[in-house]
Amino acid sequence: MPTDPPLLQVKDLRVTFGMDEGTIRAVDGTSFDVHPGEVVGIVGESGCGKSVTMKAILQLVERPGRLASGEILFRDRQGTQTDLAKLDPRGPQMRALRGAEIALIPQEPMAAFSPVHTVGAQIIEAIQLHATQEGRRVSKAEARETVIGLFRDVGISMPEQRVDAYSWQLSGGLRQRAMIAMALSCKPRLLIADEPTTAIDVTTQAQVLALLRDLRAKYNTAIIFITHDLGVIAQMTSYVVVMYLGRVMEQGPVDQIFHAPAHPYTRALLRSIPTIHGETRTPLPVISGSLPHPFNRPTGCPFHPRCPEAMPGCATATPKLLPVAERQSAACFLHHQEAEP
Amino acid sequence: MTEAPLIEVRGLRKFFPIVKGFLQRTTGNVRAVDGVDFTLNEGETLGLVGESGCGKTTASRCILRAIDPTAGQILYRTKGGETVDLAPMPQRELARYRAEIQMVFQDPFGSLNPRMTLLDNVGEPLLVNGMKSRRDRADRVADLLKLVGLRPEFMHRFPHAFSGGQRQRIGIARALATEPRLVVADEPVSALDVSVQAQVLNLLLELQQRLRLTYLFVAHDLSVVRHISDRVAVMYVGQIVELAPTNALFSRPLHPYTAALMRAVPVPDPRVNPADGVLRGEVPSPANPPTGCYFHPRCPFAQPRCAVEAPALREIAPGHHARCHFAGDLALAGA
Repeated sequence: MPTDPPLLQVKDLRVTFGMDEGTIRAVDGTSFDVHPGEVVGIVGESGCGKSVTMKAILQLVERPGRLASGEILFRDRQGTQTDLAKLDPRGPQMRALRGAEIALIPQEPMAAFSPVHTVGAQIIEAIQLHATQEGRRVSKAEARETVIGLFRDVGISMPEQRVDAYSWQLSGGLRQRAMIAMALSCKPRLLIADEPTTAIDVTTQAQVLALLRDLRAKYNTAIIFITHDLGVIAQMTSYVVVMYLGRVMEQGPVDQIFHAPAHPYTRALLRSIPTIHGETRTPLPVISGSLPHPFNRPTGCPFHPRCPEAMPGCATATPKLLPVAERQSAACFLHHQEAEP
Repeated sequence: MTEAPLIEVRGLRKFFPIVKGFLQRTTGNVRAVDGVDFTLNEGETLGLVGESGCGKTTASRCILRAIDPTAGQILYRTKGGETVDLAPMPQRELARYRAEIQMVFQDPFGSLNPRMTLLDNVGEPLLVNGMKSRRDRADRVADLLKLVGLRPEFMHRFPHAFSGGQRQRIGIARALATEPRLVVADEPVSALDVSVQAQVLNLLLELQQRLRLTYLFVAHDLSVVRHISDRVAVMYVGQIVELAPTNALFSRPLHPYTAALMRAVPVPDPRVNPADGVLRGEVPSPANPPTGCYFHPRCPFAQPRCAVEAPALREIAPGHHARCHFAGDLALAGA
């Protein structure tokens, strides 16, 4: 249980996309805290708003997307809180934070590195840029030494040679390690990992996950871990936010989420995954129906058409996210009667 | 099983030449599939599992003859009970068996023609196989859609109107149109969301029982493969390193790679601690595989012998084969 004041507080975040066909509420009232050194998992299926939430924190939501309302409070090293939602996405304050204080590990390391510059040059650029912003000067040679050190930290063999490699010369696992080195290059206090292991093989995934665990312990970096893989969530995170169609269905400590889930969606999700231990060749319990299209969002609770425990009121009113246990909240009328206004 | 197997694959090889320079000289080979043997009995599911580049997809495409194998035999027992070798068969003759071996693809968005209605998408294999009357095809497509849990009225709609899970059902309906005996499914659920994945797995199991289908199920996800398969073959750099009944493989793996692969899967329970002993290194390139046992540079149990002598796939226990010099002597933990 963290005692430090939260590093990041997201409060009632709403992101909308104004399309010709209507407005999509991609993130519809998300709130959660991240404490220093904590690993928070955001789990959900496609279209649940997990990636848009991450983009909103970094102020990288592209048009026609728009931060409609909400606060993103980030505490700097001096302890003062800034609302990132109020900063100009292209302004100097946001640009100084991005990469230096909050860094991103994207899903596709192939697409994230430029193919015409060496990986080393791209990381050196980031180190020098952020040093200049803080009024320091770092020479290219110094930055290069830092990169070699980082490569060694993230387990890249022959770092002196790999610095001068192009991203397409590296294997998937090495590329993801180089990406992690880049994200760590300015010693960020918050790391956002957006499906960092989805595109890589399972033995490489195990290596990357072990690496992230070690780095968190070493640098006390807080991590927001976005994934759809419940196995990764269980093994990596200490606090979990479960999202569905832009809304938080449930959030709580990882043990509670897996062993005492309060929301029917969380329960159904956990039951429907085949495990390496369960019965074989027997029907799995399923969640009926399919994910609704964003334009055909159900009224009331977004999960009610697929919910095995839906009640008459679920179709008309949207339940609030309220505490159900220590640090655990759920948005479900099974636990309380309070609806969103 | 007293009957002969439906398919018997012997010594299957597929090399892709590496060409270099102006003269397009062949300078080497990517040994994508490097001597694969297995049998498939009627009505069973064989899971083919491995990491990217292990040759599982190439092997499955060779059986469909979507790729022509470099060497080896694919012995197929026809409906009449005779055995034919599909590997060297000319396309004209092969057409006779095409209807009996069908495929379900990974990407439900890319594998349906967006400009054709479901009737035409699902009905196309029927047309190709001589069902000329549109009314007959419509009747058959209606039955097929019902079979996979979709409403027959949907047949006049286009694929874009359906979700990923529904599209995968459409892909399955199309594969079943010609009443195949063998269905090759290449990563059929890996593009689907978790809540939809279970529905499609259940459908595949149900259809298998109703129609006595045989599946070759290719996937990278061990949990999914374990759930659906009777037997599992683990591939590494173009070779099968272990082949066993599902429960035997998962409870008592005999190859160090299988054990490492299982250990690498994150357990969806926070009370289970992350497994120690993460496998080091990377999968070697099939263009330049290591000497001896292909797994020896990453193997925690490697001995000097492993670097020089390539192990053969041996039967260690009944039906349980492993390609390791020390299979059965190592203490390997299962799942």
